[in-house]
Amino acid sequence: MKPIVIALAGQPNVGKSSLINALSNATLKVGNFSGVTVDKTEIIFNLCDVISSTDYEIHIIDLPGAYSLTEYTIEEKVTKSFLQSDEYDIIVNVVDSTNLQRNLLFTTQLLETGKKVVVALNMDDEAQKEGIEIDAEQLSAILGVPCIKTSAANKEGIEPLKEAIIEVFNRPQTSAKVIYSDPIEEEIAHIVNFMEQKHFKSPLPYRHLAVKLLQEDETTYKQMHDKPIWIELLPIIRQSLQHIYLHTTTKDLDEIFADEHFAFAKGAKMEVMSLKSMRAKNLTQKIDNLLINNVLGIPLFLLFMWGLFQLTFELGSLPMDLIDSAFGWLGDQTKVLLGDGGLGSLVADGMIGGVGAVLMFLPNIVILFLGIALLETTGYMARVAFLLDGFFHKFGLHGKSFIPLVTGFGCSVPAYMAARTLKNEKDRLITLFIIGFMSCGARLPIYVLFAGAFFSQEDAGNILFIIYISGAMLGLLMAKALKLFVFKGEDEPFVMEMPKYRLPSLKLIWHTVYGQAKSYMKKAGTFILFASILIWFASNYPKVDAPTHLESNQVKLYELEHSYLGIMGHASEPFFAPLGMDWRMAVSLEAGLAAKEVVVSTLGVLYALGDDVDEGSEGLIAQIRANIPFASAIAFIVFVMIYLPCLAASMVFAKEAGGWKYLVYLFVMTTASAWILSFVAYRVTQLII
Amino acid sequence: MQLNQLNKGDHATIIKINANKILKDRFASFGIMRGEEISVKGYSIGKQTMEIEAGATLIALRADEAMKIEVEKRA
Repeated sequence: MKPIVIALAGQPNVGKSSLINALSNATLKVGNFSGVTVDKTEIIFNLCDVISSTDYEIHIIDLPGAYSLTEYTIEEKVTKSFLQSDEYDIIVNVVDSTNLQRNLLFTTQLLETGKKVVVALNMDDEAQKEGIEIDAEQLSAILGVPCIKTSAANKEGIEPLKEAIIEVFNRPQTSAKVIYSDPIEEEIAHIVNFMEQKHFKSPLPYRHLAVKLLQEDETTYKQMHDKPIWIELLPIIRQSLQHIYLHTTTKDLDEIFADEHFAFAKGAKMEVMSLKSMRAKNLTQKIDNLLINNVLGIPLFLLFMWGLFQLTFELGSLPMDLIDSAFGWLGDQTKVLLGDGGLGSLVADGMIGGVGAVLMFLPNIVILFLGIALLETTGYMARVAFLLDGFFHKFGLHGKSFIPLVTGFGCSVPAYMAARTLKNEKDRLITLFIIGFMSCGARLPIYVLFAGAFFSQEDAGNILFIIYISGAMLGLLMAKALKLFVFKGEDEPFVMEMPKYRLPSLKLIWHTVYGQAKSYMKKAGTFILFASILIWFASNYPKVDAPTHLESNQVKLYELEHSYLGIMGHASEPFFAPLGMDWRMAVSLEAGLAAKEVVVSTLGVLYALGDDVDEGSEGLIAQIRANIPFASAIAFIVFVMIYLPCLAASMVFAKEAGGWKYLVYLFVMTTASAWILSFVAYRVTQLII
Repeated sequence: MQLNQLNKGDHATIIKINANKILKDRFASFGIMRGEEISVKGYSIGKQTMEIEAGATLIALRADEAMKIEVEKRA
């Protein structure tokens, strides 16, 4: 069986993924290459050529979308480096038929690589609806490579595309050609002519070599440098370049050839495309008139967001409760089976509890990502960035930062994952670092408890509001500081396509959501499980025998105080003392590193009420009011607002940021700022009262 | 005049792009090149970002980037 390795390249939003699905029917084997945000995917399937009755094993490398062979985005870097230095047989260039000229610009760059190329004129169905007609045969003649009309959505043109791939694969050499303007063509002919006379042995076609030499391509120069022909070739090239400069305003060859490519793409489009109507364009225009309207744009966006978060956290809470109680039940059953001893507790509280904690977030993640995938595939996400960039850019963020940040108010885990929509590394990292400042839902019970304990019923609501708002503002200031001192340097320019509005493809959305959910389960899941066992161990060991005269709720306090967690709390007392906190507050904060939900129940244990309390419990409120000074309570709230998010979120953060070192940075940053601001809050409050 | 000095609905021809190679390449891949015609589709609040059309492509860009594009307004 002959293997054919295909590099599938195209601009973003041209339907590459759908085309792969159509080509391979079912994805037999999908493996991910390493990479943080951008993955090349390889798909392998078999293909039988009826004519020559040969079997082929097709490997398609799905390259990330790139507008050109430059290095502006991470996607473009990955694509460029693969196309230039990896092993493959054919480039299949997927082109959006409804935007031929811009796509052909990329095609010309691909043709210049000297590789065999097949062009898939995709989205033919849409082009026809828009009244765009393309003469594919004519285009094939101009480019010198087969151009096949396809529609991945309707599975049209897939067979001809496969045939073209096999046909081109069996050709000895590429027949691709880019035609340049007359002055350059003259010089190419000149150089080619010389090589012919010398009977120069070259693995590449003369024309290709000549073009690369005129473009001052470094690798080509290095290769040619050692050849005897070089001595005679050099003066010819020098002269050719001088001739070319006579016709141009610049001596910048990049610019000269950029102009050439552009002219070629434009010329090719003019020759093969005719336009009958302008329907679809007007549709996008009409929707845009509403959605990015100066008055209505932002309110409409907020409405969509409100809907999305309602769905995520309201609808998501139903299966969450179910999962929670199911795992609770499972834990209880395990304890019945294995007994209440060490093993039972390990399996029930440590392991089952840990897996439950991982699974709990899944409904949120799935619903939120469904929403985000919908925003992205319809083309609305680009509008969001457009609308909000003005505000967020002031703080060193990007318009798209809004969605992960707002998600952070619900839960940091999906929020960190939502930051993937930011393609720029710096923008993404800054956003990731400040998501924790948006107080998540799990911190709410702590705020409610303390607000209830220290403020009147009427004031409690305002206090909550102040906590949330000041957290968010602090986050924005922190973003600005990160931008100024850590992620320094010039802003990456913001030049972005506003794609046409499209109806989302269900299959594609399913694929994205499924992929995200799977990667969360696989990567975050294992670490969260491991860490929750660790925390379980720290809070249950070493086992001590409580003095017999203690009541049952005091036994728990005694045990916790003598566990590793309690020992740690005592040890860290000096750290928390300047903030007015005793060891009990320290322990509950440290337990909160596992999950913020634990803070309240730990306080319950530590104030000798047992762990069966919640933020509304009168007994706990009274105990807290009686035992904690007001200023310490304020410091505690401030600390909770800022310090490291829960374990699950931290694991996801490390993964999304691209390394454990970032988690260390985050820990240092949040702990330091939490401590400092807590300290300030404590002292100021002391002064006031 | 600079691109971001145009009003919504204006049509113009690009006469010069004052940018480094990376940004120039990016512009080029969207069809923003000397001699090309563009039209302004709209501004966001505060004119921080603008939407233009070049060829058949709608492009969003910040005022910082738009400033680097010199245009000549067409009647």
